[in-house]
Amino acid sequence: MFRRIGGRLKSNGYPEPCRRINHDPETHAHIMKLRQAILTSVGRKALMALSGVMLSLFLFAHGAGNAVAFLGSEALNSYAAKLHSLSFAVIFFECVLLAAFVLHILLGMSLFLENSQARPVRYQVERSSAQRTPGSRTMPYSGVVILIFIAVHLVNFHFTDRSIPAAELVRKVLRQPFYVFFHISAMAVLALHISHGFWSLFQSLGLSHPKYDAALKNSTLGLALLLSALFIVIPLCTLFIDEFLL
Amino acid sequence: MAKQKIDITLQIWRQENPQSQGSFQHYSLSGISTGLSFLEMLDVLNENLTLNGQEPVAFDHDCREGICGMCGAVVNGRPHGPEPGTTLCQLHMRHFKDGDHLVIEPFRARPFPIERDLVIDRGSLDQLIQAGGYVSVNTGGTPEANTIAIPRETAEQAMDAAACIGCGACVASCPNGSAMLFAGAKVSQLALLPQGHPEGRERALNMVKRMDELGFGNCGNERECEASCPKRISIRHIARLNREFIKAALFSE
Ligand code: HEM
Ligand code: FES
Repeated sequence: MFRRIGGRLKSNGYPEPCRRINHDPETHAHIMKLRQAILTSVGRKALMALSGVMLSLFLFAHGAGNAVAFLGSEALNSYAAKLHSLSFAVIFFECVLLAAFVLHILLGMSLFLENSQARPVRYQVERSSAQRTPGSRTMPYSGVVILIFIAVHLVNFHFTDRSIPAAELVRKVLRQPFYVFFHISAMAVLALHISHGFWSLFQSLGLSHPKYDAALKNSTLGLALLLSALFIVIPLCTLFIDEFLL
Repeated sequence: MAKQKIDITLQIWRQENPQSQGSFQHYSLSGISTGLSFLEMLDVLNENLTLNGQEPVAFDHDCREGICGMCGAVVNGRPHGPEPGTTLCQLHMRHFKDGDHLVIEPFRARPFPIERDLVIDRGSLDQLIQAGGYVSVNTGGTPEANTIAIPRETAEQAMDAAACIGCGACVASCPNGSAMLFAGAKVSQLALLPQGHPEGRERALNMVKRMDELGFGNCGNERECEASCPKRISIRHIARLNREFIKAALFSE
């Protein structure tokens, strides 16, 4: 290649190896260790994206599992019992999920704090182009709302009396109008988070391309609506249909 | 037909030196020809100020034809003003209306300290280039044409990335003060062509590292940079930088 693009030939007929003009050790740092690379802005965004993928996969599994509720209380109870009988697998996935959450939250916070320092004096007039979306503007804030929701949700459904059958537990929690309102609002915020997140993760991982950008944008929107709808319909049914899960 | 002369009011950031506390000052201009460029309008203002014994507004400029990357200020919240794909020097007063109020601020970001008024120090972008935005192979004399076949599409894309004039509008418009569009363009233009390959991995790693050290923020994929870039550089080049970086971090020796 060097010969082709004009490198001189050494007397033995081989092209001279690539020689650096600039030997300044500061500008020519040695190749980064993976650990160092992970801590850069791009490295942390890539991990943000990967943990986001894991959280999204969990949301899908969780949503699909919850949909069993539409088959009636018996189906839900036996599904829940089956799931809990797989105790080892459940604990394993819970640990993976917890790790993904902790990573996502800690990295998100570190990025947010750094970003808030990158422009010490703000503009007098802040006018965005049409490119920012409601989702992209609010990522850290929607994230915190999701976190609060998850804490409340776990107290209600996980760290509770586990001897109660699943269907009964759902009815106990989701027939409180105030709680259902909170639940639905949080799911709308989740939709907002995903409406940027799912598109964004492809960009962060370097996988996006103008060729399918429009398709990615549309499926992101569809995914956000589908997932949140799944999590909104069940509380609504439980609250408003008296015989749901009875 | 639009008016040939307009009256406008200006609110401009005035700051004596990097250490001093700046503030906005108000000025009004009447009978501004809509054929003037934005910088020519500022020239008119400065002429008036000088005749009145006041300090003229310091602003950067050089070519005034949109190719050097020296000019730039934020006009009513938009870097290089409201017209897409334009530098401030190529923005014309015909895009403004009689009676408009223009708030003119310097590009703001932690790595862009203000020198005076609207003049900022963009040396951080040079330091970013010094971290790897070049090739250090000796490419010798001009090679014979077509010895290395480069697909037209690839060449076009490299050219698109190379259109970056380093004005810093991407940093100025980014809500996070990130320089990823700039770095993405510089990495892309070389990553796409054979001359850039030998140092490709080091380049991506070193430029990202330096970018963080210089105090730029992190890219949140907000796409504001793309909208304010006078050369309309696409965020696909940020995706390519991410790709190059991840490949390098995982696979380089
Ligand atoms: C099930 C819940 C969640 C899912 C599915 C999810 C998904 C995602 C995805 C896919 C991204 C995009 C990553 C990228 O741009 O590469 C993202 C970004 C983000 N997430 Fe989450 N997330 C969830 C919960 C949270 C929580 C609990 C927090 C924080 C308390 C949070 C904070 C953030 C922040 C701050 C970003 C933006 C990072 C940046 O661009 O600088 N997320 N999330
Ligand atoms: S003065 Fe050269 S680009 Fe505007």
